[in-house]
Amino acid sequence: MPPAPKPVPKDYVPVFFPKRQGGAGASGGAEEARTSIVVVGHVDHGKSTLIGRLLADTGSLPEGKLEAAEKASREEGMPLEYAFLLDALLEEQAQNITIDTTRIGFRYEGQSFEIIDAPGHREFIKNMVTGAAAAEEAVLLIDAKEGCKEQTRRHGLLLSLLGVSQVIVAVNKMDLVGWDEARFRELEKEIREYLGGLKIIPRQVIPISAREGATIMRRDSKNLGWWKGPTLLEALVASRAKKASGDEGPLRFSVQDVYRFDERRVVAGKLESGTIQVGDPVVFFPDRKTSRVKTIETWGENQASTRVGAGRCVAVTLEEQIFVERGHVGSLPDHPPVESREVRARIFWLDAEPLRLQAPVTLRLGTQSVETRLVAIDRVVDAEKLEAVNEAREEVGRFEVAEVRLRCRRPLVYDAHDQVAATGRFALQRGSRIGGGGIIIFAEYSLSLAKAVKGDHLTWTEGRVTSEARAGHFGHEGAIVWLTGLSGSGKSTIAVALESLLFRRGIGSMILDGDNLRHGLCADLGFSIEDRAENIRRAGEVAKLMAESGLVVISSLISPLRKEREAVRASSHSAGLSFAEVYIDAPIEACEKRDPRGLYQKARKGEIRGFTGIDSPYEKPENPDLILHTDKESVEDSVAKLLAHVLGLVQLKEKDQESAGGPGGQI
Amino acid sequence: MSYLQHLEDQSIYILREAFSNFKNMAMPWSMGKDSNTLIWLAKKAFAGKIPFPLLHIDTTYEFPEMLSFREWARKHYELDLIVMINEEARKRGVGYETHDPVTVTHELKSAALQQALAKYKWDALVTGIRRDEDSTRAKERYFSPRTAENEWEYRDQPPEFWGQFTTAVGPGEHVRVQPLLDWTELDVWEYVRREGIPIPKMYFAQNGRRYRSLGCWPITKSIESSVDTLEGIVAELKTTKTSERAGRAQDHHERNAMQKLRAKGFM
Repeated sequence: MPPAPKPVPKDYVPVFFPKRQGGAGASGGAEEARTSIVVVGHVDHGKSTLIGRLLADTGSLPEGKLEAAEKASREEGMPLEYAFLLDALLEEQAQNITIDTTRIGFRYEGQSFEIIDAPGHREFIKNMVTGAAAAEEAVLLIDAKEGCKEQTRRHGLLLSLLGVSQVIVAVNKMDLVGWDEARFRELEKEIREYLGGLKIIPRQVIPISAREGATIMRRDSKNLGWWKGPTLLEALVASRAKKASGDEGPLRFSVQDVYRFDERRVVAGKLESGTIQVGDPVVFFPDRKTSRVKTIETWGENQASTRVGAGRCVAVTLEEQIFVERGHVGSLPDHPPVESREVRARIFWLDAEPLRLQAPVTLRLGTQSVETRLVAIDRVVDAEKLEAVNEAREEVGRFEVAEVRLRCRRPLVYDAHDQVAATGRFALQRGSRIGGGGIIIFAEYSLSLAKAVKGDHLTWTEGRVTSEARAGHFGHEGAIVWLTGLSGSGKSTIAVALESLLFRRGIGSMILDGDNLRHGLCADLGFSIEDRAENIRRAGEVAKLMAESGLVVISSLISPLRKEREAVRASSHSAGLSFAEVYIDAPIEACEKRDPRGLYQKARKGEIRGFTGIDSPYEKPENPDLILHTDKESVEDSVAKLLAHVLGLVQLKEKDQESAGGPGGQI
Repeated sequence: MSYLQHLEDQSIYILREAFSNFKNMAMPWSMGKDSNTLIWLAKKAFAGKIPFPLLHIDTTYEFPEMLSFREWARKHYELDLIVMINEEARKRGVGYETHDPVTVTHELKSAALQQALAKYKWDALVTGIRRDEDSTRAKERYFSPRTAENEWEYRDQPPEFWGQFTTAVGPGEHVRVQPLLDWTELDVWEYVRREGIPIPKMYFAQNGRRYRSLGCWPITKSIESSVDTLEGIVAELKTTKTSERAGRAQDHHERNAMQKLRAKGFM
């Protein structure tokens, strides 16, 4: 033991104060970029060995590491095992498999890389996912002798889900197949076909031998003289992915928290996409309140920032004091995210216990955390063949990938993954454990921004009766049938007829009539553009509530503007409701001739102003679900067509009826 | 965006996620370069105020220079600093004079931490560990759960991806929050230089020797170096092949010493 250190003199200054080199945003040191590479593939195809070899060949091992690996190899009674450089944990050395993901850095030709070693054993897929999700590039290893195995394919599938599209395939252990080119070409063809099905085009397929050090850093002209392509390291250096900054995307500011440590009220969060600058009007979803950015806080900086870009974690203060909390998402008004309770996604499940239909899980997206249920499994993907599994499924099992629909207890703010990746992917948590994740494959963007919510601290209450249980109880689903067309086109006639027909079939239905609404709920509204828009919004909200309660709502309003009808459609879909836009198409001449209430006559005389079709526009639906030509066909024919369409929407499939279990089921 | 900037933002994100998700967190603080970088990052994350206490586990084998630094930092950063000593073990005579370094490290660091956890009932601890320090640390998670016995179940770690971490724990359990996991030793020094973060003088050469990593004085060796500037440290690191913790005796006492220490609660 060394002698005890002497006490320090009273005037000792223990601190070194470095000169500041520029702070945040400054180009930081030599390490301008670092590429993360995940190495994946089937168990025993040589991942850890490859990584050990990469580190040894590039001279990236700290002193003593190689010796330690040699010593460990001797203790286990085997020749030098490159894998021991990484497989540091005891269990791994004993079983010679990688349990958990490991990361280690190396430099080659002035470039900086970080390798993530992901386990190939089936049991450790959750660790593989953890590793691969953090990577920008992947090296998929295949054993030349064994060929593509179960985990080779599954890892390929997971890479595509995790958004790692930059892939290099290395066909390893070429020494074990006598360095045979024909065998290599055969495997190359097979893996290219498989990855092609996942829309992954491998950058290179390279023959290597990690144990022998062939085509890793050095060429092996003796054995692999036929290989004219790059070495693995050459391919890595050449293919270094150019990272998109994400600044070009729409603003998505995930609020982490609101701090009030002093007189300031600071909104802290992450810019998932886009840029934010002082003065920007930021709309915070899901409440849709707007406030301008007053300052961007930068502790320790000499100069205040006025603009920051994607990836940055910032804190801002706002001009207008609006209610914002963790889980809110800031956006600019022109490119809002989707706000919906319905999520269509491709998910992967990692937990031993399967994810069952209707079972509650927590969906975590950015800083949002929402209770959700799996309401439909559209297809389960077979990793082997990339085809849908045939049988109908009630659950998604461990390591399975499936296309599903989820329904959240309250609205979730999100994007489609191919629009904004960071707000288009999520984790699923059951209890306290993350059990899986997924990417959102569909998002219905609204053409207009819905109204801001005025109240603060609102919560979303949901009863125990699920919509499936209601459907089971009533024997049909709720839906909104939205009739639109000119005054006199026949909306009311058709609505009345449809309502009776449905009712006779035991289907609960109700007409929502424009004029009737104006006697009560909308009595305060006139006929200005704003008031007419508000009238439609209210009608839409009422229709939603009624449809959610299980009724088939037949709305009969002129609803002349496309934008407003689309808003009701999007809002219905986000509540998980079927919505059918039905265009009651009759030429204005025919309508004017019918003029059941004498309104056209009054409008022509100028007694009514702003009459649709006369001095106010009617925008025909662009893609209606159904068109009824009431001037050409009989009322009976029109109604019969409509009835068939509506029954298709609301009648339960046999399977649903069973799973709903009749009245009171699923509660 | 530079890589250092990416690291800074990621660490800030992690610190804030921890603070929002846990009720009662604390930050063990060893006064070294990583610890001081963490203070700096926490200041940035929380707009200038560190909203949780710091814990210094005093092994009673601290360098006097470091204790002096501790008192300076306490005032400078207005830290809410708790100092914890395993008095019970010291009374039993546990010390480097008589025991092996793995035992002493376990008793005076891990057991002391356990005592502090029992007393303050923290549900999350922010650590400054990095993957490049040691191969078992390389396998860590940003949010790494510990059992009520303060043990690390490295065989069955939860998945962690897309910024979604393990944020719920059972009674008596806690989560290690590790914002510097992706940083390398070089990154830390580059960042200290970029930001101008005050650090202990002991990292700089005096009489031809300096410390690369700081721990208990009986088991921490200085290295031969004349480097007395940050630029010098960065340059030295770029060429060295010696590992950072080579001067820390407890890591090398036996094969897999770090893994055994860490499974039992060592940082």
